Amino acid sequence: MAAKRANWLMRNHKWFERHSLILVVGILVVVSIGGIIEIAPLFYLKNTIEKVQGVRPLTPLELAGQNIYVREGCNVCHSQMVRPLRDEVERYGHYSLAAESMYDHPFLWGSKRTGPDLARVGGKYSDEWHRQHLIDPRSLVPQSIMPPYAFLAGRPVEVEAVRADLAALKALGVPYTDEMVAGAAEHLLQQVDVDSDFEAMVDAYSVVAGREGTVIVRNFDGAPGAPTELDAVIAYLQVLGSFVDFSTYEAGDVANRR
Amino acid sequence: MGANEQVRSSGDPSSWAVAITLAVMAAIGLVAAANAHDLAFATHMWMVVAAAVVGLQAILVWTTNSDPEKRFDPTYYDDGIIKAGIAASVFWGLAGFLVGLVLALQLTWPNLFYFPDWGFTNFGRLRPLHTSAVIFAFGGNVLIATSFYVVQRTCRTRLAGGLWPWFVFWGYQLFIVIAATGYLMGVTQSKEYAEPEWYADIWLTVVWVAYLLVFLATIWKRREPHIYVANWFYLAFIVTVAMLHLVNNLSLPAAVGSKSYSVMAGVQSALTQWWYAHNAVGFFLTAGFLAIMYYFIPKRVDRPVWSYRLSIVHFWSLIFIYIWAGPHHLHYTALPQWAQTLGMTFSIMLWMPSWGGMINGLMTLSGAWDRLRTDPVVRMMVVSVAFYGMSTFEGPVLSIRAVNALSHYTDWGIGHVHSGALGWVGLISFGALYCLTQWVWKRERLYSNALVEWHFWIASIGIVLYIASMWVSGIMEGLMWRTYNEFGFLEYSFIETVSAKYISYIIRALGGGLFFVGSLIMTYNLIRTARGDVREEEDAVQAARPNLQPAE
Repeated sequence: MAAKRANWLMRNHKWFERHSLILVVGILVVVSIGGIIEIAPLFYLKNTIEKVQGVRPLTPLELAGQNIYVREGCNVCHSQMVRPLRDEVERYGHYSLAAESMYDHPFLWGSKRTGPDLARVGGKYSDEWHRQHLIDPRSLVPQSIMPPYAFLAGRPVEVEAVRADLAALKALGVPYTDEMVAGAAEHLLQQVDVDSDFEAMVDAYSVVAGREGTVIVRNFDGAPGAPTELDAVIAYLQVLGSFVDFSTYEAGDVANRR
Repeated sequence: MGANEQVRSSGDPSSWAVAITLAVMAAIGLVAAANAHDLAFATHMWMVVAAAVVGLQAILVWTTNSDPEKRFDPTYYDDGIIKAGIAASVFWGLAGFLVGLVLALQLTWPNLFYFPDWGFTNFGRLRPLHTSAVIFAFGGNVLIATSFYVVQRTCRTRLAGGLWPWFVFWGYQLFIVIAATGYLMGVTQSKEYAEPEWYADIWLTVVWVAYLLVFLATIWKRREPHIYVANWFYLAFIVTVAMLHLVNNLSLPAAVGSKSYSVMAGVQSALTQWWYAHNAVGFFLTAGFLAIMYYFIPKRVDRPVWSYRLSIVHFWSLIFIYIWAGPHHLHYTALPQWAQTLGMTFSIMLWMPSWGGMINGLMTLSGAWDRLRTDPVVRMMVVSVAFYGMSTFEGPVLSIRAVNALSHYTDWGIGHVHSGALGWVGLISFGALYCLTQWVWKRERLYSNALVEWHFWIASIGIVLYIASMWVSGIMEGLMWRTYNEFGFLEYSFIETVSAKYISYIIRALGGGLFFVGSLIMTYNLIRTARGDVREEEDAVQAARPNLQPAE
């Protein structure tokens, strides 16, 4: 019986072995099935991402910071995904929600914690701490194995370039308004200058967020003059995980269950 | 004869086609360089223009100086490109291993190996350089070289496409150089193993399509009725990598510059990325290297593949099941749990077809087990298959949610990857490189078998040190992160878990260093073999030894 089945296999497999195109098509069909079944539903199942109040697109300064974060490969050693495990929630904060990374093109969840998770690092340390830590990590944490990023302090942010970034993200579905794209460079400068007319910018981003208080305006690197890459990175780190107000968020609410 | 006359006067069609492709590439590069939005992009476009010009020049010189009759002589196999592939594999291998060693040292002694003034040497920028250099530059060149060798022999015909194989070879090197210099300049999409930006991705697509067509066209003119099993695996590797590459790299450039934004965001981009990345492992680092196993082990020990039926069953089940396994990289994340569970289920199922391949490879030695003792190259390849078996058992274990809760984000993952990469991919590649160098340079034997022994032992000890140290540090940090004290508080701060790994990191660097030293020994041995040298002492020993027959 077994021998008979084996012969059947050998006899019929010759179609693949003797015709390269049948083989190629066979391979394509076989390797497509899994991806289609797993990935395609994520685009139409509504409960994949539950919209949460407070989540908003990054401001131009924060976006510049995120792009530096990507450029320097921070995601290689720092995850941005707190798992719903007791120790992680106690160490880092509320577990990450799908909505919190819905405007990240691409996601920055990471896969390795050579350094700690950063999903909720926003507001945890002062700007001054981040400044010193980025410039010389071991001056604050002697056992740290993080690379030094002193050069960020000396590099100005390319203010004008950020408009193209917002426009590209808007084209991909991130809810930036036309005014946000047009005013991107101006907004970037306003966010590091407490003496500027930043109110319109803050209002615009608060409207998209659906709640107040998610936009921080201050001189992040503490140095006078044009915004540096250090400003941008610290501005980005300081809002990470702070969009959703977890004092009012009910994880057990029926709407938030899945 | 008329056709030949024409060829002599104007070059052959494939050279023309490659030349036109290069000219188009130079033109696009020039326009893009002129409109470049940033320095990195401009640099890359000028590199593209330079490469195209050098390529055109080379075609011109070669066409004028070579005898058209012998240019693509169908009565000979094309071994020149195999030789180039061996050289490229060795070069990129050394580069990739060295960068890996530097990274290990940076994490061990940050004060010595970080340079505040040279941001491009920071861990975050060198890490993709290391992974891309070993996977795509070293592994990719080994795959291209061996596939071009194997497809010619198993189809008993010269490589198809005239000059196109050379376009594939040099085009692929250009992709590597653009990707690698990009990482140093901070050009990255941040997606692991898919870091190169949109323009490098487009170029790789062009090269890859040419690769697929050269490979298929060679199969089309085969003089064997059946397509040999190794070629199924090569085809699955080429076709599936094309699919993964295209889907995962969908992105929108922000300007005519080096920055693009992935079309997908958040959850969807996460699953697409890990669908890609896990199958880069499955199809680049597994299917492709199984093809190497299916040709080089039977050939080296002169025995047929153990079970033809098993090769059919495990081929189709392996490629079907692998595709599903990606979500096990996203356990307990914001990915819906049904997808996580599906990924875990298929990851555990994957154990069986993986071991099917391992068993088929190992049992091919039936009747030739003595070769383990007499041929260190065979031993290297067999130990490689054993490492394949080990890491494809460890993989399903790590994919279980409860295990993953501990192992994920830790060094255990790094150890697991390296048991596959150093043990399986590395050793089978070294075995294939030893075989190929001996065969394409038509040498009776390698320069020195004793040096292969040294390479084998030094590399193996290095791998064991590497894996074991990462098990220790990974499981330790995973446990420390979740340790509570008697008052119900977390016992350790994060930095305490970092400093606890110091000794493990020293051992890891030592292991990586040994692996690198082993590859230096191989390089020396291969160069001497290619030159036709034989170590005299060994030649004498060989002659003095009685010609023993194995007991059957």
